[in-house]
Amino acid sequence: MATVTAVKNKRSSRSTIALKLLMALSGLIFIGYVLAHMYGNLKAFSGQEAFDSYAEHLRTIGEPLLPYSGLLWIIRIVLLVALAVHVYAAYTLWARAGKARTTKYAVTKRVNSTWSSKTMRWGGTALLLFIVFHILHFTLRVVTPGSNSDSPYERLVGSFEIWWVSAIYLVAMAALAMHLRHGTWSAAQTLGLTNTASARRNANLLGYLLAVVIAGGYSLIPVFVLAGVIS
Amino acid sequence: MNLTLKIWRQQNPADKGGLKTYELGGVSEDMSFLEMLDVLNEQLNETGEEPVAFDHDCREGICGSCALMIDGQAHGPEVTTTCQLHMRSFKDGQTITIEPWRADAFPVIKDLVTDRSAFDRIIQAGGYISANTGSAPEANSVPAPRDKATRAFNVATCIGCGACVAACPNGSASLFLGAKITHLGELPQGQPERDGRVASMVAQHDAEGFGGCTNIGECTAACPKEIPLDVISQLNKDLRTAIRHGH
Repeated sequence: MATVTAVKNKRSSRSTIALKLLMALSGLIFIGYVLAHMYGNLKAFSGQEAFDSYAEHLRTIGEPLLPYSGLLWIIRIVLLVALAVHVYAAYTLWARAGKARTTKYAVTKRVNSTWSSKTMRWGGTALLLFIVFHILHFTLRVVTPGSNSDSPYERLVGSFEIWWVSAIYLVAMAALAMHLRHGTWSAAQTLGLTNTASARRNANLLGYLLAVVIAGGYSLIPVFVLAGVIS
Repeated sequence: MNLTLKIWRQQNPADKGGLKTYELGGVSEDMSFLEMLDVLNEQLNETGEEPVAFDHDCREGICGSCALMIDGQAHGPEVTTTCQLHMRSFKDGQTITIEPWRADAFPVIKDLVTDRSAFDRIIQAGGYISANTGSAPEANSVPAPRDKATRAFNVATCIGCGACVAACPNGSASLFLGAKITHLGELPQGQPERDGRVASMVAQHDAEGFGGCTNIGECTAACPKEIPLDVISQLNKDLRTAIRHGH
Protein backbone atom coordinates (compact mmCIF):
# COMPACT_ATOMS: atom_id res chain seq x y z
CA MET A 1 0.00 0.00 0.00
CA ALA A 2 1.39 3.33 -1.02
CA THR A 3 1.65 6.04 1.54
CA VAL A 4 0.66 9.59 0.80
CA THR A 5 3.38 12.13 1.31
CA ALA A 6 2.24 15.55 2.33
CA VAL A 7 3.14 18.07 -0.32
CA LYS A 8 4.53 21.16 1.35
CA ASN A 9 4.03 23.72 -1.37
CA LYS A 10 0.77 23.16 -3.19
CA ARG A 11 0.70 26.50 -4.94
CA SER A 12 0.26 25.80 -8.62
CA SER A 13 2.08 29.02 -9.45
CA ARG A 14 5.21 27.35 -8.02
CA SER A 15 4.93 24.22 -10.18
CA THR A 16 7.06 23.06 -13.10
CA ILE A 17 4.15 23.85 -15.40
CA ALA A 18 4.05 27.44 -14.11
CA LEU A 19 7.75 27.74 -14.99
CA LYS A 20 6.95 26.43 -18.45
CA LEU A 21 4.17 29.00 -18.77
CA LEU A 22 6.64 31.76 -17.89
CA MET A 23 9.04 30.41 -20.48
CA ALA A 24 6.29 30.28 -23.13
CA LEU A 25 5.03 33.81 -22.43
CA SER A 26 8.51 35.35 -22.39
CA GLY A 27 9.24 33.40 -25.59
CA LEU A 28 6.21 34.99 -27.26
CA ILE A 29 7.59 38.43 -26.38
CA PHE A 30 10.84 37.46 -28.12
CA ILE A 31 9.00 36.25 -31.22
CA GLY A 32 7.19 39.58 -31.46
CA TYR A 33 10.45 41.45 -30.96
CA VAL A 34 12.53 39.56 -33.50
CA LEU A 35 9.80 40.10 -36.11
CA ALA A 36 9.85 43.88 -35.48
CA HIS A 37 13.65 43.93 -35.36
CA MET A 38 13.85 42.06 -38.65
CA TYR A 39 11.51 44.58 -40.27
CA GLY A 40 13.90 47.36 -39.30
CA ASN A 41 16.96 45.44 -40.49
CA LEU A 42 15.46 44.82 -43.91
CA LYS A 43 15.44 48.62 -44.40
CA ALA A 44 19.10 48.02 -45.28
CA PHE A 45 17.86 47.03 -48.74
CA SER A 46 16.48 50.56 -49.18
CA GLY A 47 19.92 52.09 -48.69
CA GLN A 48 21.82 54.11 -46.11
CA GLU A 49 19.39 57.03 -45.96
CA ALA A 50 16.34 54.83 -45.24
CA PHE A 51 18.21 52.64 -42.75
CA ASP A 52 19.80 55.44 -40.75
CA SER A 53 16.66 57.58 -40.65
CA TYR A 54 14.67 54.54 -39.45
CA ALA A 55 17.23 54.01 -36.68
CA GLU A 56 16.96 57.65 -35.70
CA HIS A 57 13.17 57.52 -35.89
CA LEU A 58 13.16 54.68 -33.36
CA ARG A 59 14.75 57.11 -30.90
CA THR A 60 12.30 59.92 -31.50
CA ILE A 61 9.07 57.88 -31.48
CA GLY A 62 6.67 59.20 -28.85
CA GLU A 63 8.39 62.57 -28.46
CA PRO A 64 7.62 64.82 -26.75
CA LEU A 65 5.55 62.54 -24.49
CA LEU A 66 8.53 60.21 -24.16
CA PRO A 67 12.12 61.42 -23.82
CA TYR A 68 14.67 60.76 -26.60
CA SER A 69 15.20 56.97 -26.86
CA GLY A 70 12.31 56.56 -24.39
CA LEU A 71 10.47 53.86 -26.32
CA LEU A 72 13.72 52.00 -26.97
CA TRP A 73 14.43 51.92 -23.26
CA ILE A 74 10.93 50.65 -22.50
CA ILE A 75 11.45 47.87 -25.05
CA ARG A 76 14.92 47.10 -23.65
CA ILE A 77 13.58 46.79 -20.10
CA VAL A 78 10.72 44.54 -21.20
CA LEU A 79 13.20 42.38 -23.13
CA LEU A 80 15.65 42.21 -20.23
CA VAL A 81 12.90 41.13 -17.83
CA ALA A 82 11.63 38.58 -20.36
CA LEU A 83 15.18 37.30 -20.88
CA ALA A 84 15.76 36.95 -17.14
CA VAL A 85 12.48 35.03 -16.76
CA HIS A 86 13.14 32.84 -19.80
CA VAL A 87 16.67 31.96 -18.75
CA TYR A 88 15.74 31.41 -15.10
CA ALA A 89 12.89 29.05 -16.04
CA ALA A 90 15.04 27.21 -18.57
CA TYR A 91 18.00 26.57 -16.30
CA THR A 92 15.78 25.70 -13.33
CA LEU A 93 13.95 23.07 -15.41
CA TRP A 94 17.23 21.86 -16.91
CA ALA A 95 18.65 21.29 -13.45
CA ARG A 96 15.42 19.62 -12.40
CA ALA A 97 15.54 17.25 -15.37
CA GLY A 98 19.09 16.31 -14.40
CA LYS A 99 17.97 15.43 -10.89
CA ALA A 100 14.98 13.46 -12.15
CA ARG A 101 17.31 10.86 -13.68
CA THR A 102 20.68 10.66 -11.96
CA THR A 103 21.37 7.11 -13.18
CA LYS A 104 21.59 7.18 -16.96
CA TYR A 105 20.59 4.41 -19.34
CA ALA A 106 23.35 2.31 -20.85
CA VAL A 107 21.44 2.36 -24.14
CA THR A 108 19.02 5.06 -25.26
CA LYS A 109 17.16 5.23 -28.51
CA ARG A 110 15.24 8.37 -29.25
CA VAL A 111 12.56 7.72 -31.82
CA ASN A 112 10.40 10.82 -31.77
CA SER A 113 12.69 13.76 -31.03
CA THR A 114 13.30 16.45 -33.61
CA TRP A 115 16.81 17.82 -33.91
CA SER A 116 15.54 21.21 -32.81
CA SER A 117 13.95 19.78 -29.67
CA LYS A 118 17.21 18.10 -28.68
CA THR A 119 19.20 21.31 -29.08
CA MET A 120 16.92 23.65 -27.13
CA ARG A 121 19.15 23.90 -24.06
CA TRP A 122 22.62 24.13 -25.58
CA GLY A 123 21.23 26.01 -28.58
CA GLY A 124 19.51 28.42 -26.22
CA THR A 125 22.76 28.87 -24.31
CA ALA A 126 24.52 29.61 -27.60
CA LEU A 127 21.84 32.19 -28.42
CA LEU A 128 22.35 33.78 -25.00
CA LEU A 129 26.06 34.16 -25.72
CA PHE A 130 25.20 35.51 -29.17
CA ILE A 131 22.86 38.11 -27.66
CA VAL A 132 25.69 39.29 -25.41
CA PHE A 133 28.03 39.53 -28.42
CA HIS A 134 25.37 41.24 -30.52
CA ILE A 135 24.76 43.93 -27.88
CA LEU A 136 28.50 44.48 -27.43
CA HIS A 137 28.77 44.76 -31.20
CA PHE A 138 25.94 46.95 -32.47
CA THR A 139 24.40 48.48 -29.33
CA LEU A 140 27.29 49.22 -26.97
CA ARG A 141 29.91 49.32 -29.76
CA VAL A 142 32.52 47.69 -27.54
CA VAL A 143 33.42 45.21 -30.27
CA THR A 144 33.58 47.07 -33.57
CA PRO A 145 34.96 44.93 -36.38
CA GLY A 146 35.07 46.75 -39.71
CA SER A 147 33.57 50.09 -38.81
CA ASN A 148 32.76 52.24 -35.79
CA SER A 149 30.98 54.92 -37.77
CA ASP A 150 28.13 56.88 -36.21
CA SER A 151 26.00 55.71 -39.13
CA PRO A 152 24.32 52.39 -38.19
CA TYR A 153 24.28 51.50 -41.89
CA GLU A 154 28.05 51.88 -42.21
CA ARG A 155 28.61 49.81 -39.10
CA LEU A 156 26.30 47.12 -40.49
CA VAL A 157 27.96 46.97 -43.90
CA GLY A 158 31.49 47.35 -42.49
CA SER A 159 30.92 44.44 -40.12
CA PHE A 160 29.30 42.02 -42.51
CA GLU A 161 31.93 42.60 -45.15
CA ILE A 162 34.23 40.67 -42.80
CA TRP A 163 33.52 37.01 -43.48
CA TRP A 164 33.82 35.76 -39.92
CA VAL A 165 31.44 38.38 -38.57
CA SER A 166 28.88 37.29 -41.13
CA ALA A 167 29.61 33.67 -40.25
CA ILE A 168 28.91 34.31 -36.55
CA TYR A 169 25.59 35.94 -37.41
CA LEU A 170 24.59 33.22 -39.88
CA VAL A 171 25.37 30.45 -37.39
CA ALA A 172 23.40 32.32 -34.76
CA MET A 173 20.46 32.57 -37.16
CA ALA A 174 20.61 28.81 -37.72
CA ALA A 175 20.48 28.37 -33.94
CA LEU A 176 17.59 30.85 -33.77
CA ALA A 177 15.70 28.92 -36.46
CA MET A 178 16.04 25.70 -34.46
CA HIS A 179 15.05 27.42 -31.23
CA LEU A 180 12.00 29.01 -32.85
CA ARG A 181 10.96 25.76 -34.53
CA HIS A 182 10.62 23.80 -31.33
CA GLY A 183 9.93 26.84 -29.14
CA THR A 184 6.83 27.91 -31.06
CA TRP A 185 5.34 24.43 -30.95
CA SER A 186 6.32 23.96 -27.31
CA ALA A 187 4.86 27.33 -26.28
CA ALA A 188 1.55 26.49 -27.97
CA GLN A 189 1.51 23.17 -26.15
CA THR A 190 2.46 24.74 -22.80
CA LEU A 191 -0.23 27.40 -23.18
CA GLY A 192 -2.74 24.60 -23.67
CA LEU A 193 -3.68 25.61 -27.21
CA THR A 194 -3.06 22.25 -28.88
CA ASN A 195 -5.84 20.00 -27.70
CA THR A 196 -6.57 18.39 -31.05
CA ALA A 197 -4.44 16.67 -33.68
CA SER A 198 -5.05 19.50 -36.17
CA ALA A 199 -4.11 22.16 -33.61
CA ARG A 200 -0.86 20.29 -32.95
CA ARG A 201 -0.11 20.11 -36.65
CA ASN A 202 -0.79 23.83 -37.04
CA ALA A 203 1.44 24.71 -34.09
CA ASN A 204 4.24 22.67 -35.65
CA LEU A 205 3.73 24.32 -39.04
CA LEU A 206 3.75 27.76 -37.43
CA GLY A 207 7.07 26.83 -35.82
CA TYR A 208 8.57 25.97 -39.19
CA LEU A 209 7.09 29.10 -40.77
CA LEU A 210 8.46 31.45 -38.10
CA ALA A 211 11.84 29.71 -38.18
CA VAL A 212 12.17 30.10 -41.93
CA VAL A 213 10.77 33.64 -42.15
CA ILE A 214 12.68 35.08 -39.20
CA ALA A 215 16.04 33.35 -39.51
CA GLY A 216 15.85 33.58 -43.32
CA GLY A 217 14.92 37.26 -43.24
CA TYR A 218 17.79 38.20 -40.95
CA SER A 219 20.25 36.07 -42.92
CA LEU A 220 19.50 37.97 -46.14
CA ILE A 221 21.45 40.96 -44.85
CA PRO A 222 24.92 39.44 -44.23
CA VAL A 223 24.50 37.29 -47.37
CA PHE A 224 23.72 40.31 -49.54
CA VAL A 225 26.47 42.37 -47.93
CA LEU A 226 28.96 39.60 -48.71
CA ALA A 227 27.57 39.40 -52.24
CA GLY A 228 28.17 43.14 -52.63
CA VAL A 229 24.51 44.02 -53.21
CA ILE A 230 24.34 46.04 -49.99
CA SER A 231 27.42 48.25 -49.84
CA MET B 1 17.08 -18.10 -31.89
CA ASN B 2 20.29 -17.42 -30.04
CA LEU B 3 20.55 -14.21 -28.12
CA THR B 4 23.09 -12.28 -26.10
CA LEU B 5 21.36 -10.55 -23.23
CA LYS B 6 22.88 -7.70 -21.26
CA ILE B 7 20.73 -7.41 -18.18
CA TRP B 8 20.88 -4.96 -15.30
CA ARG B 9 21.57 -6.86 -12.08
CA GLN B 10 21.21 -5.10 -8.76
CA GLN B 11 20.86 -6.95 -5.45
CA ASN B 12 18.96 -4.25 -3.56
CA PRO B 13 18.29 -0.51 -3.64
CA ALA B 14 21.65 0.23 -2.01
CA ASP B 15 23.64 -1.97 -4.39
CA LYS B 16 25.47 -0.16 -7.18
CA GLY B 17 24.44 -2.70 -9.79
CA GLY B 18 25.69 -3.28 -13.29
CA LEU B 19 25.00 -4.91 -16.63
CA LYS B 20 25.69 -8.64 -16.82
CA THR B 21 25.91 -10.58 -20.07
CA TYR B 22 24.09 -13.89 -20.62
CA GLU B 23 24.02 -16.17 -23.65
CA LEU B 24 20.63 -17.73 -24.29
CA GLY B 25 19.88 -20.36 -26.92
CA GLY B 26 16.71 -22.16 -28.03
CA VAL B 27 14.50 -19.10 -27.99
CA SER B 28 11.37 -19.44 -30.14
CA GLU B 29 10.25 -16.40 -32.05
CA ASP B 30 6.70 -17.11 -30.86
CA MET B 31 7.73 -16.57 -27.24
CA SER B 32 6.77 -13.34 -25.57
CA PHE B 33 9.65 -11.29 -24.22
CA LEU B 34 8.74 -12.29 -20.67
CA GLU B 35 8.63 -15.99 -21.62
CA MET B 36 12.12 -15.56 -23.01
CA LEU B 37 13.17 -14.17 -19.61
CA ASP B 38 11.39 -17.12 -17.93
CA VAL B 39 13.57 -19.47 -20.01
CA LEU B 40 16.65 -17.54 -18.97
CA ASN B 41 15.63 -17.76 -15.33
CA GLU B 42 15.14 -21.54 -15.58
CA GLN B 43 18.65 -21.74 -16.97
CA LEU B 44 19.96 -19.55 -14.13
CA ASN B 45 18.15 -21.72 -11.58
CA GLU B 46 19.88 -24.80 -12.95
CA THR B 47 23.29 -23.20 -12.67
CA GLY B 48 22.56 -21.96 -9.16
CA GLU B 49 22.60 -18.28 -10.08
CA GLU B 50 19.85 -16.09 -8.70
CA PRO B 51 17.09 -15.53 -11.31
CA VAL B 52 16.57 -12.09 -12.79
CA ALA B 53 13.84 -10.22 -10.94
CA PHE B 54 11.32 -8.49 -13.21
CA ASP B 55 7.79 -7.18 -12.74
CA HIS B 56 4.89 -8.85 -14.49
CA ASP B 57 1.31 -9.71 -13.73
CA CYS B 58 -1.50 -10.04 -16.27
CA ARG B 59 0.70 -10.75 -19.30
CA GLU B 60 -2.10 -9.52 -21.51
CA GLY B 61 -1.19 -5.85 -21.78
CA ILE B 62 -3.67 -4.32 -19.36
CA CYS B 63 -2.06 -4.16 -15.92
CA GLY B 64 1.01 -2.05 -16.62
CA SER B 65 3.33 -4.13 -14.43
CA CYS B 66 5.90 -5.27 -16.95
CA ALA B 67 8.28 -2.38 -17.22
CA LEU B 68 11.46 -3.00 -19.15
CA MET B 69 13.76 -0.73 -21.10
CA ILE B 70 14.73 -2.87 -24.08
CA ASP B 71 17.59 -1.60 -26.21
CA GLY B 72 16.90 1.95 -25.10
CA GLN B 73 13.17 1.81 -25.82
CA ALA B 74 10.48 1.50 -23.17
CA HIS B 75 8.62 -1.80 -23.79
CA GLY B 76 10.93 -2.45 -26.75
CA PRO B 77 10.55 -1.72 -30.45
CA GLU B 78 6.79 -2.32 -30.84
CA VAL B 79 3.85 -0.20 -29.68
CA THR B 80 2.75 -2.54 -26.92
CA THR B 81 3.64 -3.66 -23.43
CA THR B 82 6.68 -5.87 -22.81
CA CYS B 83 4.43 -8.88 -22.14
CA GLN B 84 2.80 -8.51 -25.56
CA LEU B 85 6.15 -8.07 -27.30
CA HIS B 86 7.25 -11.21 -29.09
CA MET B 87 10.69 -12.47 -29.96
CA ARG B 88 9.89 -12.26 -33.68
CA SER B 89 10.55 -8.54 -33.26
CA PHE B 90 14.21 -9.44 -32.75
CA LYS B 91 16.84 -11.06 -34.91
CA ASP B 92 18.74 -14.28 -34.35
CA GLY B 93 22.13 -13.52 -32.84
CA GLN B 94 21.05 -10.09 -31.64
CA THR B 95 22.41 -8.48 -28.49
CA ILE B 96 19.61 -7.06 -26.36
CA THR B 97 20.23 -4.69 -23.47
CA ILE B 98 17.56 -4.83 -20.77
CA GLU B 99 17.43 -2.12 -18.12
CA PRO B 100 14.93 -1.00 -15.49
CA TRP B 101 13.00 2.29 -15.86
CA ARG B 102 15.43 5.05 -14.97
CA ALA B 103 13.95 7.84 -12.91
CA ASP B 104 14.85 8.90 -9.41
CA ALA B 105 11.12 8.89 -8.64
CA PHE B 106 11.11 5.18 -9.62
CA PRO B 107 13.94 3.74 -7.48
CA VAL B 108 15.19 0.27 -8.36
CA ILE B 109 14.14 -2.34 -5.81
CA LYS B 110 16.01 -5.24 -7.41
CA ASP B 111 17.36 -6.00 -10.88
CA LEU B 112 14.66 -4.81 -13.29
CA VAL B 113 11.99 -4.12 -10.66
CA THR B 114 11.31 -0.49 -9.81
CA ASP B 115 9.13 1.06 -7.14
CA ARG B 116 6.47 2.96 -9.04
CA SER B 117 4.31 3.90 -6.07
CA ALA B 118 4.99 7.55 -6.94
CA PHE B 119 2.20 7.08 -9.51
CA ASP B 120 -0.12 5.74 -6.81
CA ARG B 121 0.56 8.83 -4.72
CA ILE B 122 -0.17 11.09 -7.68
CA ILE B 123 -3.51 9.30 -8.14
CA GLN B 124 -4.23 9.56 -4.41
CA ALA B 125 -3.56 13.30 -4.64
CA GLY B 126 -6.57 13.79 -6.91
CA GLY B 127 -6.94 11.21 -9.64
CA TYR B 128 -10.45 10.20 -8.61
CA ILE B 129 -13.97 11.54 -8.31
CA SER B 130 -15.72 11.72 -4.97
CA ALA B 131 -19.02 9.84 -5.10
CA ASN B 132 -21.50 9.11 -2.37
CA THR B 133 -21.96 5.47 -1.58
CA GLY B 134 -25.37 3.88 -1.83
CA SER B 135 -27.39 2.83 -4.80
CA ALA B 136 -25.90 3.61 -8.19
CA PRO B 137 -27.31 6.81 -9.73
CA GLU B 138 -29.40 6.61 -12.88
CA ALA B 139 -26.77 6.66 -15.64
CA ASN B 140 -28.87 8.67 -18.08
CA SER B 141 -29.43 11.49 -15.59
CA VAL B 142 -25.92 12.84 -16.30
CA PRO B 143 -25.54 13.32 -20.05
CA ALA B 144 -21.99 13.18 -21.41
CA PRO B 145 -21.40 14.52 -24.93
CA ARG B 146 -20.25 11.75 -27.20
CA ASP B 147 -16.98 13.36 -28.39
CA LYS B 148 -15.97 14.16 -24.82
CA ALA B 149 -16.89 10.68 -23.64
CA THR B 150 -14.84 9.20 -26.47
CA ARG B 151 -11.80 11.33 -25.64
CA ALA B 152 -12.13 10.47 -21.96
CA PHE B 153 -12.38 6.79 -22.79
CA ASN B 154 -9.42 6.88 -25.16
CA VAL B 155 -7.11 8.39 -22.58
CA ALA B 156 -8.55 6.28 -19.78
CA THR B 157 -6.73 3.39 -21.45
CA CYS B 158 -3.57 4.60 -19.65
CA ILE B 159 -2.42 1.67 -17.55
CA GLY B 160 0.09 3.67 -15.52
CA CYS B 161 3.04 1.55 -16.63
CA GLY B 162 5.49 4.46 -16.48
CA ALA B 163 6.87 4.07 -20.01
CA CYS B 164 6.31 7.79 -20.56
CA VAL B 165 8.60 8.61 -17.65
CA ALA B 166 11.13 6.01 -18.75
CA ALA B 167 11.29 7.40 -22.29
CA CYS B 168 11.24 11.08 -21.34
CA PRO B 169 14.68 12.74 -21.49
CA ASN B 170 13.55 14.88 -18.54
CA GLY B 171 12.06 12.05 -16.50
CA SER B 172 8.69 13.81 -16.57
CA ALA B 173 5.37 12.09 -15.90
CA SER B 174 3.39 14.69 -17.85
CA LEU B 175 1.79 12.19 -20.23
CA PHE B 176 0.54 10.09 -17.33
CA LEU B 177 -0.70 13.20 -15.52
CA GLY B 178 -2.28 14.54 -18.70
CA ALA B 179 -4.08 11.25 -19.36
CA LYS B 180 -5.64 11.27 -15.88
CA ILE B 181 -6.50 14.98 -15.99
CA THR B 182 -8.09 14.67 -19.44
CA HIS B 183 -9.92 11.47 -18.58
CA LEU B 184 -11.64 12.94 -15.54
CA GLY B 185 -11.83 16.51 -16.82
CA GLU B 186 -13.79 15.61 -19.96
CA LEU B 187 -16.64 14.01 -18.03
CA PRO B 188 -19.39 15.79 -16.08
CA GLN B 189 -18.59 13.73 -12.97
CA GLY B 190 -15.08 15.17 -12.94
CA GLN B 191 -16.08 18.84 -12.94
CA PRO B 192 -16.63 19.63 -9.21
CA GLU B 193 -13.05 18.71 -8.29
CA ARG B 194 -11.41 19.76 -11.56
CA ASP B 195 -9.27 22.69 -10.36
CA GLY B 196 -8.23 21.09 -7.10
CA ARG B 197 -7.43 17.85 -8.86
CA VAL B 198 -4.95 19.32 -11.31
CA ALA B 199 -3.34 21.51 -8.65
CA SER B 200 -2.86 18.61 -6.22
CA MET B 201 -1.72 16.09 -8.82
CA VAL B 202 0.81 18.48 -10.35
CA ALA B 203 2.11 19.39 -6.88
CA GLN B 204 2.49 15.69 -6.05
CA HIS B 205 4.18 15.05 -9.41
CA ASP B 206 6.72 17.77 -8.68
CA ALA B 207 7.23 16.62 -5.09
CA GLU B 208 7.98 13.09 -6.28
CA GLY B 209 10.92 14.48 -8.25
CA PHE B 210 9.71 14.00 -11.81
CA GLY B 211 11.11 16.46 -14.32
CA GLY B 212 9.34 19.11 -16.38
CA CYS B 213 7.94 18.55 -19.85
CA THR B 214 9.76 19.93 -22.90
CA ASN B 215 7.13 18.76 -25.42
CA ILE B 216 9.55 16.51 -27.26
CA GLY B 217 7.12 13.64 -27.64
CA GLU B 218 9.22 10.59 -26.70
CA CYS B 219 6.52 9.70 -24.16
CA THR B 220 3.73 9.30 -26.68
CA ALA B 221 5.97 7.23 -28.96
CA ALA B 222 6.74 4.87 -26.06
CA CYS B 223 3.20 4.68 -24.73
CA PRO B 224 1.78 1.17 -25.28
CA LYS B 225 -1.72 2.67 -25.26
CA GLU B 226 -0.85 5.46 -27.72
CA ILE B 227 -1.98 8.28 -25.45
CA PRO B 228 -1.64 11.38 -27.65
CA LEU B 229 0.46 14.41 -26.78
CA ASP B 230 -2.59 16.66 -26.62
CA VAL B 231 -3.33 15.42 -23.09
CA ILE B 232 -0.27 17.42 -21.98
CA SER B 233 -1.73 20.51 -23.61
CA GLN B 234 -4.97 19.76 -21.75
CA LEU B 235 -3.04 19.35 -18.50
CA ASN B 236 -1.33 22.71 -19.04
CA LYS B 237 -4.62 24.36 -19.88
CA ASP B 238 -6.31 22.93 -16.79
CA LEU B 239 -3.45 24.06 -14.55
CA ARG B 240 -3.49 27.53 -16.11
CA THR B 241 -7.24 27.68 -15.40
CA ALA B 242 -6.71 26.46 -11.83
CA ILE B 243 -4.10 29.19 -11.24
CA ARG B 244 -6.56 31.77 -12.52
CA HIS B 245 -9.14 30.38 -10.09
CA GLY B 246 -6.76 30.92 -7.19
CA HIS B 247 -4.98 27.58 -6.78
